[in-house]
Amino acid sequence: MKTVTVVGASLAGLYAARALREQGFDGRLVVIGDEPHRPYDRPPLSKDFLAGKIEADVLALEGPDDSLEADWRLGSVATALDRTAREVVLAGGERIASDGVVVATGARARSLAESGDLAGVHVLRTLDDAHALKVELVPGARLVVIGAGFIGGEVASTAKALGLDVTVVEAMPTPLAGPLGVEMGAVVSGLHEDHGVRLRCGVGVRSLVGRGNVEGVELADGTLLPADVVVVGIGATPNTEWLAQSGVQLGNGVECDRQGRTSLPGVVAVGDCASWHEPRLGRPHRVEHWTGAMERPAVAVASLLRGPDSGSSPTDGGDSKIPYFWSDQYDVRIQFAGHAAQADSVTIEEGSAESRSLLAVYRRGDVPVAALAMNQARLFGRWRRQLNAAASA
Amino acid sequence: MIRVCPVSALSPGESLRVDAEPPIAVFHTEDGEILAIDDTCTHQDASLADGWLEGCEVECPLHGSRFNLRTGRVDAPPAKKPVRTHDVVIEDDHIYVELSDEEPNLPPGVTLGSRS
Repeated sequence: MKTVTVVGASLAGLYAARALREQGFDGRLVVIGDEPHRPYDRPPLSKDFLAGKIEADVLALEGPDDSLEADWRLGSVATALDRTAREVVLAGGERIASDGVVVATGARARSLAESGDLAGVHVLRTLDDAHALKVELVPGARLVVIGAGFIGGEVASTAKALGLDVTVVEAMPTPLAGPLGVEMGAVVSGLHEDHGVRLRCGVGVRSLVGRGNVEGVELADGTLLPADVVVVGIGATPNTEWLAQSGVQLGNGVECDRQGRTSLPGVVAVGDCASWHEPRLGRPHRVEHWTGAMERPAVAVASLLRGPDSGSSPTDGGDSKIPYFWSDQYDVRIQFAGHAAQADSVTIEEGSAESRSLLAVYRRGDVPVAALAMNQARLFGRWRRQLNAAASA
Repeated sequence: MIRVCPVSALSPGESLRVDAEPPIAVFHTEDGEILAIDDTCTHQDASLADGWLEGCEVECPLHGSRFNLRTGRVDAPPAKKPVRTHDVVIEDDHIYVELSDEEPNLPPGVTLGSRS
């Protein structure tokens, strides 16, 4: 391979570029990023960065030892992948001939159709989003967070500590029921009311009201929540439209085997845009977790460099680790590993829901399939190892 | 020197966190070595004493950075900076730690005295 192009310059793209060099690729390496910034770490954007505890420079993912000798194209948007010519096409019309392509275009925050173009309505995904939101989080301001997922929960927690009046609205009857199950979703989202943040569940948003600047959020039951600032945290959409004509199989993200290989030879996908085959679920499963974006590029790059004739089937080998994520809210560290959807029971094995310090194990029959911790990092680490060992056995 | 605990209170494979400023993590490896490093991961705020001890390495319980306990070196990312190591002295069957006089590499957002 003479040229490999990595499309995407965030965590997964950077780790793919590193993996290419570490695994001996000495050809031309092009990294394309749609944001103007060098690769940076997103998780602190809703926590320490938004809280003003750290500045943007410490978000840098590159270290002094990085010597990727890559051709960086930052502030460039890839618009197409031409499979016949084997070229990545950029917005300006430039075409980059590529023997191998790593798709790492990530996902973008979903916005609310009802928000129109009112000022004071934010999503949080990028550094620029965080800068824009941060200046509006002033003490005493009324913040309504739409969506009680992890981004919404972290923003609410940060804003409460900054002295805002915070309300969280969630359309589902129980927040976090998808990732954590109903029982533990209720426990974790109980943190909001513990800390004086109002939580309204089971009611959707009808409209955002205001003239110029947002003034309130009208709920489906007619309630009007006054608001100076609104944050919409209702999930993310994979950035795959640019691949629509490429022949790469798309579903909920770029569909891949267990090694990140797409339906096109010489094209692999990693990070939030990628939907790797998940044997435990028997289907492709898109994961938006930081840890997967850091760990999977090495697997995908190995399969890319090995070439198309490595002889393994789509379900062979690859990444057998269970998904893992964490969240920090109200001084509670939340950690989760596994698939809650597989479980038919959940048991608190240590601590208690009331103390907001617990280790819960999810089981299918009597087989552990997932674990959740609140401020129980040590015990959680042991459970996560056990779950991983069982998964790869 | 900080007096940590009797040697018998820290079995091989175990670790404990010492409330110092900044906190210290003391490890008893399976090979019988007793080693001390700064407890806070240099990447983000997490206690390395809660991490996974394997050989002479600890893996951070939050993001999986690995540090060499003898040298403090980063053996696996995302951490970029080493942790300080501290000398361990065993006297009268007790573990003591002699604090390093180097500057600690605390993670962004964490400063000395910033935690309760």
